[in-house]
Amino acid sequence: MTRPRWRESYIKEELGLKGIITVLGKDKVGIIAKVCTYLADHNVNILDISQTIIQGYFNMMMIVDISSPTKSFETLVEELQELGRSIGVEIKLQHEDIFNTMHRI
Amino acid sequence: MISRVEVQETNSMIREMNLDVRTITMGISLMDCAHEDMNVFNRNIYDKITRTAENLVKTGEDLEKHFGVPIVNKRISVTPISIAAGGLKTDTFVPVAEALDRAAKEVGVNFIGGFSALVQKGFTNGDRVLIDSIPEALAVTERVCSSVNVGSSRNGINMDAVKKMGDIILRTAERTADRGSIGCAKLVVFCNAVEDNPFMAGAFHGVGEQECVINVGVSGPGVVKRALEEVKGKDFETLCETIKRTAFKVTRVGQLVAQEASKRLGVPFGIIDLSLAPTPEIGDSIAEIFQVMGLEEAGAPGTTAALAILNDNVKKGGVMASSYVGGLSGAFIPVSEDHGMIEAVQRGALTLEKLEAMTCVCSVGLDMIAIPGNTSAATISGIIADESAIGMVNNKTTAVRIIPVIGKDVGEVVEFGGLLGYAPIMPVNAFNCAPFIERGGRIPAPIHSFKN
Repeated sequence: MTRPRWRESYIKEELGLKGIITVLGKDKVGIIAKVCTYLADHNVNILDISQTIIQGYFNMMMIVDISSPTKSFETLVEELQELGRSIGVEIKLQHEDIFNTMHRI
Repeated sequence: MISRVEVQETNSMIREMNLDVRTITMGISLMDCAHEDMNVFNRNIYDKITRTAENLVKTGEDLEKHFGVPIVNKRISVTPISIAAGGLKTDTFVPVAEALDRAAKEVGVNFIGGFSALVQKGFTNGDRVLIDSIPEALAVTERVCSSVNVGSSRNGINMDAVKKMGDIILRTAERTADRGSIGCAKLVVFCNAVEDNPFMAGAFHGVGEQECVINVGVSGPGVVKRALEEVKGKDFETLCETIKRTAFKVTRVGQLVAQEASKRLGVPFGIIDLSLAPTPEIGDSIAEIFQVMGLEEAGAPGTTAALAILNDNVKKGGVMASSYVGGLSGAFIPVSEDHGMIEAVQRGALTLEKLEAMTCVCSVGLDMIAIPGNTSAATISGIIADESAIGMVNNKTTAVRIIPVIGKDVGEVVEFGGLLGYAPIMPVNAFNCAPFIERGGRIPAPIHSFKN
């Protein structure tokens, strides 16, 4: 049986190229700045951004281009989660396919 | 473009309603490992499993991060050992089980299924050795799961095997008496066993399967429950539509993960098993769904109908969401793994007899039910015979995973821990069925026409 090794570049070739970032938590100064700085540092372009604040709760969604990040997607997921922890919000990066698959036929 | 509402819906399913992919199970054929020497055979299967499944757990974890959805279990199923090990010159397969256990630990999966025999029509020598090895094998291993198929709609029921399994279950319970008879939680007796089931303890890699395959089990009782809360008091059309829509969404996630896992591992995608599998966690329960449907407790009159609705509409919704559906697909009704079912038993709403009726319309059968340790082997065989008859006549899979808890009686509770949960000991009908079981032989296959 042939078992091709999984390659890092694989995501870029085969899957869609967009990621969805959601940020949830208590509003405070600098959340967007910190997230955007991290993304800029890792060559992740922001394609769309929207946010609401309901009763002091910050809720942001970003669509980002993940075609040529400087680190693997999985590493970005972990580091964004860690960044969220350090500023007291929940940051989640997911591949867009989970939303496309669930909500589009 | 993906909308904020859609993103929020998906993520709240994951965060608040326990949406997850329950298992990625890699099926591995052990046919080419055959040898007559035990040591060589064990080395062959260990090497093949660890080589083939080397990246299974890592890939599962990567996908979990990639899509942001939990993938709870990574597991392996193998060719039924009674067949794969049929060439061994031995009177015990316990060392084979130990080799499987070592392989499972090496690659980091939490269960490996396939210490199995298919004896619906009769026993081969390998089948006999395997079945006799079950009590010891399940006692000395941690992750090995065992199953025996004793009947089918095509072949009828092998009552010799039914009789034998009553005894084997009891011996397995005794052999693991110091751990709440937990060996029996890893042993399933089937009628109409399926070859591509990814769920434990009944998973094995059927003989009609290819070399290696990825099967995925999705779940999501919590998501269905929440959706049904939105349509409280509405008619059955609305109820059914809601279950279908929800099952569709849940299954799509499974399909995505399955395809992606298949690509990354370089292993063909087999099937999605659309099952609602509860866990002991609050909000991840089938019994809670019954309550939202309008029943005070699982077991109340109407429960069988409610389960039939749930089972059928999960399939209807899920079938279109996946290119290949298989496995057991439906709603599981394990007792110990569902806090709502446990509560129903403790309040006296749910009995063994009602559960038996429910198994006519659920995806499998009597599952994770604790009974008194002094139950006789014949009585357990009688329960297996009843359950097999339901499966045989209705052309469905049925199973018995029952735990006679040694040293405990009705009213007491046994704790298994983890996903297996805990269970109150349920009373069993004490009237004797031994002369019936003693007859031996086979029940012929049922007629497949004149269906009324």
